[in-house]
Amino acid sequence: MLTITQGALGAIQAHGEAAYPNEGVGLLLGTADGEGKTAVTALPLPNTWAPDEQANRYQVTGVDMLRGEKEAARLGLDVLGFFHSHPDHPAEPSRWDHEWATWPWYSYVITTVARGRATVTRSWQLREDRSAFDEERVQLP
Amino acid sequence: MTTIRIPTPLRPYTNSQAEIAVSGETVGAVLGDLTRQHPGLRQHLYAESGELRAFVNVFLNDEDVRHIRGAETPVKDTDRLMIVPSIAGG
Repeated sequence: MLTITQGALGAIQAHGEAAYPNEGVGLLLGTADGEGKTAVTALPLPNTWAPDEQANRYQVTGVDMLRGEKEAARLGLDVLGFFHSHPDHPAEPSRWDHEWATWPWYSYVITTVARGRATVTRSWQLREDRSAFDEERVQLP
Repeated sequence: MTTIRIPTPLRPYTNSQAEIAVSGETVGAVLGDLTRQHPGLRQHLYAESGELRAFVNVFLNDEDVRHIRGAETPVKDTDRLMIVPSIAGG
């Protein structure tokens, strides 16, 4: 299960709303143990996809991801996964989210931003055989 | 020996170790040693074609090895490599 603290959820929602009508993206930082994961903060990162297609695409470069990993280490936290927004679309993985997914275990948190306001936040995890995403249980503040 | 930092999701395949000491004279050789020590990593780092998966980046002392000499990039005992994914979606 993924627990998202108020601070992390606030940062995810604020970034999604600021990026609207484009997609906003970033890293979910927190702690993990046998019981589950707790996201304590969210670190927005630049969406480097072509600007005219950012309403339905995102990309984060390896260099920006490295910067995020180092920030997590500096804070004594782990990268638990990623968040991105779906402007005016359901908080479910798209075909592209699946095609370009990285590794199982990571949380893929998706937030619907409807007409500029963050509404629904859900989380997904890639199956071990990479065949699909399954919804992850989330505890919101 | 060269050190490779393992991202959190792949630590189940390294007995929970965050850093692995590896031997070899190039990036390709040390990655080969890494997957020999921990074979469960292979499917997560390499596509069926045998190439590193497109989203897998290897940084050598903070520089992407694709911008150096890729798998042929020389490494020294004191070097530190990090495996970091890049992400994309829609």
